[in-house]
Amino acid sequence: MLSQANRKIVLLELVIPIVLLILGVWQGLLQTLMRAGVIRDTAFGFDYYQGLTLHGVVNAVVLTTFFAVAFGNAIMEYYLKKKLNSTVNWLSFWLMLVGVLLAAFAIFTGRGSVLYTFYAPMIAHWTFYVGVTLLVVGSWVAFFNWFAPLRAWVKEHPGEKKPLAVLGMFATFIIWFIATVPVALDVLLLQLPQSLGLTPHINVSLSRVLFWFFGHPLVYFWLLPAYVMYYVMLPKLAGGKLYSDFAGRLVFFLFVLFSIPVGLHHQYTEPGYSREFKLLHGIFTFMVAIPSLITAFTVAATLEHGARRRGSRGLVGWMFNQPFFSREQWLFSYLIVGLIIFILGGIGGVINASYNINKVVHNTSWIPGHFHLTVGGPVLLAIWGMTLYMVAKLTGKTVQHKGLAVAVPWLWFFSMHFMSLGQKWEGILEAPRRTNMGLTYLNPDSPLFMPEWVLPSHMVAIGGILLFTTALIYFFVFFRTLAGQKVADPETTFEFPTGETLHDEKPGWVDKLKVWVVVSLILIAVAYVLPIKQAIDNSAKDAPPFKPDNPVPVVQMDK
Amino acid sequence: MDKYEKRVLYTGIVLMAIFLGAILYSSKVMGDDLPECLPGDALAYDKGEVTQLDEKTYQIKYIAKMWAFEPRVVEIPRGAEVDIFLTSKDVVHGFLIENTTVNMMAVYGALNKITYRFDKPGTYRIVCHEYCGVGHQDMAGVIIVK
Repeated sequence: MLSQANRKIVLLELVIPIVLLILGVWQGLLQTLMRAGVIRDTAFGFDYYQGLTLHGVVNAVVLTTFFAVAFGNAIMEYYLKKKLNSTVNWLSFWLMLVGVLLAAFAIFTGRGSVLYTFYAPMIAHWTFYVGVTLLVVGSWVAFFNWFAPLRAWVKEHPGEKKPLAVLGMFATFIIWFIATVPVALDVLLLQLPQSLGLTPHINVSLSRVLFWFFGHPLVYFWLLPAYVMYYVMLPKLAGGKLYSDFAGRLVFFLFVLFSIPVGLHHQYTEPGYSREFKLLHGIFTFMVAIPSLITAFTVAATLEHGARRRGSRGLVGWMFNQPFFSREQWLFSYLIVGLIIFILGGIGGVINASYNINKVVHNTSWIPGHFHLTVGGPVLLAIWGMTLYMVAKLTGKTVQHKGLAVAVPWLWFFSMHFMSLGQKWEGILEAPRRTNMGLTYLNPDSPLFMPEWVLPSHMVAIGGILLFTTALIYFFVFFRTLAGQKVADPETTFEFPTGETLHDEKPGWVDKLKVWVVVSLILIAVAYVLPIKQAIDNSAKDAPPFKPDNPVPVVQMDK
Repeated sequence: MDKYEKRVLYTGIVLMAIFLGAILYSSKVMGDDLPECLPGDALAYDKGEVTQLDEKTYQIKYIAKMWAFEPRVVEIPRGAEVDIFLTSKDVVHGFLIENTTVNMMAVYGALNKITYRFDKPGTYRIVCHEYCGVGHQDMAGVIIVK
């Protein structure tokens, strides 16, 4: 049961990013075509890098943040059976929405073409930075709003372990909060003042290390809501029981520990930070692979348990006795397909984190080929599935065209692997990422033409067309459902599918949030104090600001 | 945790340890390591150039700028061992030499360095692989090994 105010807020927080996503995937399609040289730059009003910025900001920042907040808001009220403070909740919503509108202003007017990573000393219009900041602060406000209900719940349930879904969303937002502090410092103390012309010069190495302090935990902020679904909802949908509740808690605990002190693995090829710390961050990154390996086992064991209860025999029979194409349990397909995509996604991640091997793939097309199998695979499908599920429940409607709804994740599975394989192929041939290759490297009239990149880039373009078509099917199902007849009273019928547990062990210290935070902060101190000092010490001079279209620094007002 | 879960946990740890061992061996014993960490003013230069230090040893000081590498074309003899230095005079740039393990970032105020021996003759194309503004896709260079 959700309160009336929260139902309204959660619904808005789910629908708004899906509407924006139409633009986001459209830009994705255009990029695959422009990169391959099939259509020329600015063919549809947006230039390549402007569209790439929009694609990244909408798909990877706005959609994921809005969804995590909405999902968390619903989980807190549902599992803790406490009302959230609706004033604070509305404040959070408006902060996020105004933030998005400000950033959209910068991007749409062509003053924010700095990509979603906004690396210094390239500057965007100040509205870009303020917009992103408000979005993050709005998500913090939502998180702070969950503490009072949790405290009240703990008081009423002494000695009981917290609901796993609640624990998982707290893990998600603990990571998010710790990681967004350094990027907030980067934006508010370095980049925004430079954009406003207040501080003419900033330390680029420092800005970058602060950015990546945030940049990798960000991907776990995207991923952990999906993990909550795998541990809490998937067992029920698969007709089994969660193999181990302790494993779930341990996994979230390990993520809080090891998802943050790993940012230098994005900076292996950069100057200014010592190899020892890059290696340390690489080792911590390997540690963060372990909770995903545990999850692979636990999910498989859960599915096997369900299938054996339904009478599966033999070593592998259970693998096929799953509701892969069930219309009744349509949500299952979104979660299981995401997990299957994550097999290659996870392996790619380990490759990228592998210290010197990273030199083979760094900043080539391999990298987007990799992360489209993570954020564009399990994360997106979990968001799509759960958004459709929650929107139907919140409005008292039934999901329309369930056959199409089930087809979406499977079409996505095929299309995404197709595109990703093309991107990884390009990457192995050393084609750069984030590059409008249609103008030069894939333009037969250019002296820079690279004929060996033509075939893989066309594979990417075909993948883009397939993905876009699949997205249109999803939008069709989504908006048909939203426009459908109200058949139930959402006040009484809202529920999350919640699985039981097979092995229900005492969680002990793994259930203690304070322990998590303290250990996490110690690891962060070990991993980051000296690299930040190195960034400051090894930087010979501070950089003036540059706009993306001009090699001459922006002239400062004073001196 | 039951025995299967423990086995998964230990398998995962052993697997990662094997990967780590392979990485340490290839980087520290075989010498294929990441770029060096130097102070940004260890080698101050404001012009890109090639210097021959002795018969087989060369030094290339690269400047990455919107939207070109300086020097754009470099010629070196086969077998030359080259210290490649790299910095940026504006935004962040990337620097990848095809068919080598040279892959670096150019950052304002910071100095990147890697050493590579060019044993095979040929034309090695260089691309900027970090978005650096509207002319990013034009930013390329070449090393010709004779």
